[in-house]
Amino acid sequence: MPEERIVLRHCDTIDPEDIETYLARGGFKALEKATGAMSPTQVVEEVKGSGLRGRGGAGFPAGVKWELCAGTPAAQRFVICNADEGEVGTFKDRYILERDPFSLIEGIAIAGYAIEARQAFIYLRAEYHHLLGPLSKAIAGIRERGLLRRPDGSELDIQVREGAGAYVCGEETALMESIEGKRGEARYRPPFPPTRGLWGQPTIINNVETLMNIPAIVLNGGGWFSQIGTERSKGTKVFSISGDVRQPGVFELVMGSPLQELLELAAASDTKMVQIGGAAGRVLPGDQIDTPLSFETVLGAGSVIAFDTTRDAVAVVLRNAEFFAEESCGLCSPCREGTLAMVEILTRLSRGEGTDRDLAALEELGRVMMATALCGLGQAAPNCVLDTLQHFRPDYESKIKHLAARG
Amino acid sequence: MAEYQGNRDVLALLKEAQEKPGYLAAELLQQIARDCRIPVGHLYGVATFYGFLDTRPVGRNVIRICQSVPCYLKEVDAVAKAIEDELGIKPGEITGDGRFSLHRVNCLGACDHAPAMMVNGRVHVDLTPSSVIDILGEYR
Ligand SMILES: Cc1cc2nc3c(=O)[nH]c(=O)nc-3n(C[C@H](O)[C@H](O)[C@H](O)COP(=O)(O)O)c2cc1C
Ligand code: FES
Repeated sequence: MPEERIVLRHCDTIDPEDIETYLARGGFKALEKATGAMSPTQVVEEVKGSGLRGRGGAGFPAGVKWELCAGTPAAQRFVICNADEGEVGTFKDRYILERDPFSLIEGIAIAGYAIEARQAFIYLRAEYHHLLGPLSKAIAGIRERGLLRRPDGSELDIQVREGAGAYVCGEETALMESIEGKRGEARYRPPFPPTRGLWGQPTIINNVETLMNIPAIVLNGGGWFSQIGTERSKGTKVFSISGDVRQPGVFELVMGSPLQELLELAAASDTKMVQIGGAAGRVLPGDQIDTPLSFETVLGAGSVIAFDTTRDAVAVVLRNAEFFAEESCGLCSPCREGTLAMVEILTRLSRGEGTDRDLAALEELGRVMMATALCGLGQAAPNCVLDTLQHFRPDYESKIKHLAARG
Repeated sequence: MAEYQGNRDVLALLKEAQEKPGYLAAELLQQIARDCRIPVGHLYGVATFYGFLDTRPVGRNVIRICQSVPCYLKEVDAVAKAIEDELGIKPGEITGDGRFSLHRVNCLGACDHAPAMMVNGRVHVDLTPSSVIDILGEYR
């Protein structure tokens, strides 16, 4: 399967600073079709029928979320575009925002129409400060042309809110706290955002890439989209690949494409293992690169980091553990204490001072965190520890003195 | 909903306030709290939560060097060491002349051009131990 471009179809063919180039390629035809020829409910139905699932990591069906939100009576509803892109190893949202802000804004406008919202926010991570100006300019240009006005006279306002350097703010409820001007601590759920979100109002929050799919779905129909991909993963996925590869970058593949294909596009060699889905993601050993990439298998937000045979699993896992210890918001103890304990054990191991008990302790700790942490951060933090303990146990054992001597 | 009607972008407010002095001193937070009628405890809670807000002094130029795995694979530690040697400071410290402070942060979303760092609002990529010294020269 070659690269297939739905999300990235306008990247590098339009000028991101010149809306004319986007209009010349059929830009805003989808929004025109949605607001002119479809009811909000029909738009929601189309998105539901497409089978599109969220690209920010959790894979929740977008149409179901929209339907729930649209069906909740309220004075005001909100659309949020999650451009916090904090998953380690992902840069595809940055790539998209740099090259085609227009399709994203069109997707947001369609979402706003579908749930009858008048206010949308794009939450942009502070690390992407260089994109704040261009993005705001693109929105202003579109507004000036009246493209955000609807047949009933209402208009969607889109504001860009810049984050301030907190990974956990990519989590949807923490992100809403942050927009509300608070500390970015995750909320207990339920209620879920589609019924009670921003300022307590029904809210849909979607990743940049999810919203990028919307114009094509509206134009070509949900049925068209649902023909692409696998049984439970429709469409394409945009991957960010980095690490031990000669051509790191962004590639869009049909869902279900084998990992090997991506590794080839990025010119990887001597691959020992691959981490998919960022620091919280799963680790596959090099002999499993025929694994298809989809929600059924492994995906996350599409971060793929390749490691060659010169790399030590424990060193890599320690880096990840340090990441979680720092980024834990500290609210729940399994995550706050668990991540610190992992760093402590892994540090000891990497110094060659590990004991027999350490491996069992890591496994036990991992299981407890997965079962009891409040949000996805703490629940997923143990993934790479447990995966590498399974596939690369000798890397650990070589750091425990008497085992190393025996081995 | 009343909350939303009067909503203001608190993060932007604090970022702007911190721009000139470099950090959000207690007196500054108190003044913002009075001016904007926001409880000072709330502002302090927010200011201490976010990595890009500082309640303690930082350098005139803030260096944030990425320590996440893709940058680690591309020898970011050697780049960090070059900066530390050049400036004579460790992460978390400020140079004697107040020109720089150094901080280690997580993935900047520039892993296709690792290793990467951010200085103030700008990301610098494809760093080497020598290129990074030239880049620092651009910041006064
Ligand atoms: C710790 C944590 C960090 C997250 N970071 C991001 C992020 O940076 N970008 C994103 O789109 N989703 C992120 N998510 C997922 C969001 O909570 C949410 O599922 C997503 O924004 C929904 O949009 P989608 O359905 O279109 O994917 C994160 C989740 C967790 C638990
Ligand atoms: S790991 Fe350094 S920029 Fe992503």
